[in-house]
Amino acid sequence: MLQKLYDWVDERLDITPIWRDIADHEVPEHVNPAHHFSAFVYCFGGLTFFVTVIQVLSGMFLTMYYVPDIENAFASVEYLQSQVAHGQIVRGMHHWGASVVIVMIFLHTLRVFFQGAYKKPRELNWVVGVLLFFVMFGLGFTGYLLPWDNKAFFATQVGLEIAESVPVIGTDIKTLLAGDPEIVGAQTLTRFFAIHVFFLPAALFGLMAAHFIMIRRQGISGPL
Amino acid sequence: MHKGKGMKFVGDSRIQDKGQRNTIPKDYSEYPGRTEAFWPNFLLKEWLVGAVFLIGFLCLVAVAPSPLEQQADPNNSAYIPLPDWYFLFLYELLKFEFASADYVVIGTVGIPGLAFGALLLAPFLDRGPGRRPSQRPIANGMMLMGVIATVWLTYVSVTAVDWEQREQYSIANATEHEVDTEHPGYEAYSNNCMSCHGENMGGNAGMGPSLLESQMNVDAVKDIARNGIGDMPANQFEGSDEELENLANFIVDNRPSSDGEGEGNGEGSSEGSSEGENSDSES
Repeated sequence: MLQKLYDWVDERLDITPIWRDIADHEVPEHVNPAHHFSAFVYCFGGLTFFVTVIQVLSGMFLTMYYVPDIENAFASVEYLQSQVAHGQIVRGMHHWGASVVIVMIFLHTLRVFFQGAYKKPRELNWVVGVLLFFVMFGLGFTGYLLPWDNKAFFATQVGLEIAESVPVIGTDIKTLLAGDPEIVGAQTLTRFFAIHVFFLPAALFGLMAAHFIMIRRQGISGPL
Repeated sequence: MHKGKGMKFVGDSRIQDKGQRNTIPKDYSEYPGRTEAFWPNFLLKEWLVGAVFLIGFLCLVAVAPSPLEQQADPNNSAYIPLPDWYFLFLYELLKFEFASADYVVIGTVGIPGLAFGALLLAPFLDRGPGRRPSQRPIANGMMLMGVIATVWLTYVSVTAVDWEQREQYSIANATEHEVDTEHPGYEAYSNNCMSCHGENMGGNAGMGPSLLESQMNVDAVKDIARNGIGDMPANQFEGSDEELENLANFIVDNRPSSDGEGEGNGEGSSEGSSEGENSDSES
């Protein structure tokens, strides 16, 4: 039955090559921890992706309760945390996942750097990877404000002051992020929400797609 | 017409690609070493690693509920800001003399911009063909220094934080302080003091400090209401001596640390803002 369904789709769309591109490839010996335990360092990239998936899923569920407005944001998070069944777990996964993903992406970066895996022909993939790192930092910074507690508010104020200190365009950057050159308030929260939920994830998915396509094109770098 | 797997089209879907394009990947036996098929062999093992990782992660989530502090209060002048731990190294950098005040641009844009710019462009800065760490001492040395600096700055920043004091910011320790509106001195407070010192004596940023942590006795309060202190001008209170007595009693009675109400949890007196209050009264 399933085979027939697959054949029916395959006959029209020729999906077998797509499937092969994604899954049908060789794992070399030097990256396989089953053969060399030290190859566990190659896990960090995969774990970064894994935690990113956790972040996306838990974030999607958080938006079912979260209200991005200064009157209700805090109350909605508190309600989610204390009243909703398993809400504490879902928010906990998103909160701790943000830290774990930074740790994993950091370890992955160190592995690639010290192995010199960014050398020709993989320069572009390294650049995309560092951009992914920046996007992760941006997601951490914007997500931090959303619960609208004191920690969020004052940390964001400091962050925006840092943005403001940029020569020439500082005030413009702050206005773009906060919605106002002076006030950190209602506009700031909705903007950070939009950046955290739409803009940066869009950039993240695009960069991740580029990252993975390049890995499949070039293969993983050889042993040292 | 040819149907099924392997059907190929060129740009126009009405024309089939008749060319013998080899879409079949190389046979696994052609690769060197003990290779393994990603699907399904390797993925099964990877799935196990992922499952173990997920269990550990969920244990962390279960053991440490994500923190939530009290609702954002832009007027809370006593709050000490602290960014998330992975921004602490940037935050700590701004405490150096060469990277703060007039030179803050060096700390906010200069040093981080150079460091992250170099990271972004690493493949174009380190162009030698050798991949081994011993073949590129400069690149590795710079990276090691960067990593050590980041870890050290984070460490210094974390140890400088008084984590026990920050506990009181948590939602769990929120003290909903409310004053006794039935008190005979409440009317005098609401008419003379509330506009600066807040509805519940909690203070107003830029206007007046919180009265909750002050340790002054009734006479000191009476004196300040008449004669002012610091930035507070004299004659803020204009009324009879009896009203003044009631007002001073109201302020003293409604502090969380006062014995009368029993609302206090003892933590209020150790709050950061009390230092500012005390130094004000001493000056």
